[in-house]
Amino acid sequence: MRYQVEHQTVYSYDTCVIQSQQLLHMMPRQTDFQQCVSYTLACEPSPAEQSRRCDSFGNHNDYLTLLTPHQSLEVTSRFQVDVQPRPTMQTLMQSPAWEQVQAMLQLQGTQHLEATPFIYATARVKCSEALATFAQTCFTPQRPLLEAAMSLTQQIYAEFEFDAQATDISTPLDEVLKGRRGVCQDFAHLMIGALRSLGLACRYVSGYILTHPPAGQPRLVGADASHAWISVYCPVNGWVDFDPTNNCLVQQEHITVAWGRDFGDVSPMRGVVLGGGQQQLTVSVTVTPLAYAAA
Amino acid sequence: MQPVLNQLYFSDRYNELLDSSGQARPHWQALLAQLESEEPTAMRKRVEAVQRQVRDNGVTYNVYADTHGVQRPWDLDVLPLIIPQDEWQHIAASVAQRATLLNRVLLDVYGEQRLLADGQLPPALIYGHNGFLPSCVGIPHYDNIALHSYAVDIARAPNGQWWVVSDRTQGPTGAGYALENRTIISSAFPELFRDLNIERLSGFFASMRDSLAHWGHRVADNQARTVPGIAALGQGEPPLVVILTPGPYNETYHEQSFLAGYLGYPLVQGSDLTVRNGVVWLKTIAGLKPVHAILRRIDDDYCDPLELNAESLLGVAGLTQAARLGNVLIANALGANLLQSGALLGFLPNLCQSVLGETLRMPSVATWWCGEPAALEYVIQHLDDLVIKPAYPQVRSSPIFGEDLNPGQKESLIAKLRAQPDHYIAQEQVDISHAPVLTSHQSHPQIGSLAVSLRVYAFATPNGYAILPGGLSRVASGKDARVVTMQRGGTSKDTWVLSHDSQPPFSLLRKTSSSQDLVRENAYLSSRMAENLFWYGRYSVRNLQKAIMLRATIRALLEYTPEMRDGEWSTMQGLCQWFDLLPNPEDEEAIASWQPWTDDDIEPLLIQAVFSQQSSSLATSVQQLFQQAFNLRERISNDHWRTVNVLSRLFITRHQHATLQDALSYIEQAINHFVTLTGFAMDWMTRDLGWRFMSLGRRIERLQFMCVLLSRALSMPQHSNLEWLLQVTNNLVTYRARYAAQPEWLPVLDLLLMDDNNPNSVVFQIKGLVKYLEEMDAQDNAGGIATELNDCWQALLQLDPDQCFTAGNTALAEWLNRTYAVTLTLSDRLSLRFFSYASPLVTPGH
Repeated sequence: MRYQVEHQTVYSYDTCVIQSQQLLHMMPRQTDFQQCVSYTLACEPSPAEQSRRCDSFGNHNDYLTLLTPHQSLEVTSRFQVDVQPRPTMQTLMQSPAWEQVQAMLQLQGTQHLEATPFIYATARVKCSEALATFAQTCFTPQRPLLEAAMSLTQQIYAEFEFDAQATDISTPLDEVLKGRRGVCQDFAHLMIGALRSLGLACRYVSGYILTHPPAGQPRLVGADASHAWISVYCPVNGWVDFDPTNNCLVQQEHITVAWGRDFGDVSPMRGVVLGGGQQQLTVSVTVTPLAYAAA
Repeated sequence: MQPVLNQLYFSDRYNELLDSSGQARPHWQALLAQLESEEPTAMRKRVEAVQRQVRDNGVTYNVYADTHGVQRPWDLDVLPLIIPQDEWQHIAASVAQRATLLNRVLLDVYGEQRLLADGQLPPALIYGHNGFLPSCVGIPHYDNIALHSYAVDIARAPNGQWWVVSDRTQGPTGAGYALENRTIISSAFPELFRDLNIERLSGFFASMRDSLAHWGHRVADNQARTVPGIAALGQGEPPLVVILTPGPYNETYHEQSFLAGYLGYPLVQGSDLTVRNGVVWLKTIAGLKPVHAILRRIDDDYCDPLELNAESLLGVAGLTQAARLGNVLIANALGANLLQSGALLGFLPNLCQSVLGETLRMPSVATWWCGEPAALEYVIQHLDDLVIKPAYPQVRSSPIFGEDLNPGQKESLIAKLRAQPDHYIAQEQVDISHAPVLTSHQSHPQIGSLAVSLRVYAFATPNGYAILPGGLSRVASGKDARVVTMQRGGTSKDTWVLSHDSQPPFSLLRKTSSSQDLVRENAYLSSRMAENLFWYGRYSVRNLQKAIMLRATIRALLEYTPEMRDGEWSTMQGLCQWFDLLPNPEDEEAIASWQPWTDDDIEPLLIQAVFSQQSSSLATSVQQLFQQAFNLRERISNDHWRTVNVLSRLFITRHQHATLQDALSYIEQAINHFVTLTGFAMDWMTRDLGWRFMSLGRRIERLQFMCVLLSRALSMPQHSNLEWLLQVTNNLVTYRARYAAQPEWLPVLDLLLMDDNNPNSVVFQIKGLVKYLEEMDAQDNAGGIATELNDCWQALLQLDPDQCFTAGNTALAEWLNRTYAVTLTLSDRLSLRFFSYASPLVTPGH
């Protein structure tokens, strides 16, 4: 399936910004199931400096420096990607018991170096007894890792309410666990925290998801949003992605941009500005399946 | 005095001073002989001299949670720790080896990660440590050095062996304090320093400067090669090295400013720097200057809000990228905090073998990382003999001594260890050696003994690590000798390394070789420093004027009866109000109905104006001046700083029942200090660009005061007493020498306004200001900043003295008001053009 994605970010400032430095994670990764066909980045006003590099997780970083005084900043990424189907749950049943994976990671970390950066607590994802207890209702003794992970995905979906007003990017995990509400980012952090509290390796994935307009209605431009889900390390199957917000094993409707230990490693756009005062942020995302677009 | 050696505390610890038979060890004998030959009074004088120097030099250590405010005086014992040469050689070699090893480990973890792949380092020690910064993976390092500055805390075990207690790898503190300790103690024992060959410290700092200059040149070459618009350094042009500080509230700010002054590097804050084109630039009065090396005192993740901790207000956005491009050397490299972990200690002996092919020369105190299952079980079995500490800096926990715990506490500690074993280490509880200290009973100085630890410093050179021959010795405070830290309150000591060779006197500043190397102007003046100097100039003049105004008012109150005072009395009160020394009426109505205070009412108000801690009293103004001077610490001389210190201490004590006479006596003392400060400003500071900003501040402040003073005086009745006008402008003596009569309007105003030989006249301020501002217009394209004031000057010359220089003249009053308004806009324009970081900065050549 080929998708076209347009992601527009607009900052409006109360007063003039005279210097702005931005770090972007917007260019999609190449993966076993995804190839980037084209990618363009537009910035208004135009940046004085622009560069790109690959970070230590293999994500693409765009750096922008603006020196033109401005009161609004508009950054738009446009790209096309091809996404292939991933293994289904039936083919993934062959995963070791989760305790076995935990022991491997703890005692033979050297053989799983691609997973070890993702086992430990981070600034945004603290591990705790409470999170371990939360996970243990699904991670019952000797249950296969991926089956348990699917079950935890379902549990989060069933017990938590999607509520964009309940949290912001600084809401701690404990509060999400108590309040039982949040957005995709909270659910991803929650699941990562639960798995890491059991000593398992889990990473944060940022990207987009295809949404389906109500039957008979056209796809609305800009109605989508950036999305987040998680990836669990299985010594047999490699990294397997689950989406607790949508209660699914990631298949062909997720577009991967970047991954890291938590949101902080991959936030789509972070920056430092001089001046500006108060700021307003507007983000609009449109994901278009190109096969449908032609119709 | 007779040190009563046999009363010293004996135990199974090693004693630095005495051997097992109670005899003084050979390397202490010269010092002991000196002490024994002296009367107790001589010793007491030495102690007092040391304490006075610590206080007067303003050596402080800031404690974050200190309830006594920001400053805490440094605690320095008179007796040094003495180490003989052969023993020192072992210590120095061990520290150099350890620095070399840790540097290699750091390079590997942020580079190839072979040590992880080979299983020599458990991944938890890296990825479980929040000091591991993924953004720093792959950053290249000049000469493969990432750990430029390193310190290690060592202590001596009962068998006499030195052991490593902990490593300091992020921005080791204390070398500057060691240097200051040396300066103070060497002047307390000048004879011993002459007779004993004690290793000098300055050579270490010289090699530090040489190394940073070496790498700074490499960075400059890289910039010139890769960044358009940057030229190579000229012949003999030094690279720009800066010290990056978190600011005056940091616990070791004093040391940072001291080192900056000693090494001759600008002390900068994050906001002084900006990154453009992948290069770090210093914002200076003359535009942006490329920075080549940064000696940083900001924690790793606070260094770059763009790529590291986004919440940091201390760092420089884009710094990581600049390092990645090889466009700046950061000492230590970002990410070095990773090595500051007790969990690493147990792995070092094997790492030393495999990485360096050598045996680790100095062992660490036996340490178990509970992340290893076998170690965890051992720790739980032997809890009574161990100290439990956090393995990573993000784990917040004070050292727990197993022997202190009751069974319940032990249970809960074990549960904590089992829940997150990799978060903890356990260390053997070592009885560290005791060193002699002078107990602080001033009348009878006595020698006691306390547990001592030594921090040793290393700095990388292109040819290996240089070791500071000495270091910061610290003794525990109070009875609990188990934890030695400055944060918990402890005393420091100078450290003497004895040498067989005589030590030539050595100065850090190298001799300039030819006239080409002569430097006439400090190359860099940061915008922030210029602003600080400007405000320091303003505050010092304002303080002096406040004090003089108060003195004149109090004297008028004491010396004259109400009947003898005339129109000037309410004007004087009004001027005190202008300075906020007396309360101002709150609204229009109150202003209209304002009446001068009666003598009984004003007396307590004037006493408050001197001593009160709340209002803008003289006491609080002096504290503000102190803060301003503190921000300039590395720019002003020690003598200058001492005066500021003495001045600020004048008002620290509370004055509950002060009288007007007390107030007057304090004002007199303060005025003496203020005048001394003026002397430093005029005669003791080089008249460079920074001095010019200070001078601008002084003159603007004085001109403002003169305008207000004279405009108010003009509204006094014709027959008023004018002597006080001459007093508060410091012109009484001049006037009396010139005119043998009572002050009259015309000659008084001529002296105060027009006499350009009189440094206290209006025209003197204006002339100087116009000269500086015109130079700025010419050099820095300051946009006609001098024009308005120049117009004022011309207008003043047009006024006819016979007509205008008298009470109630409106033309003169208008001129004074206009000039006052010009000084206000001038201050704003200076700050927009030269100080404000929000204005676009011009890069050189554009």
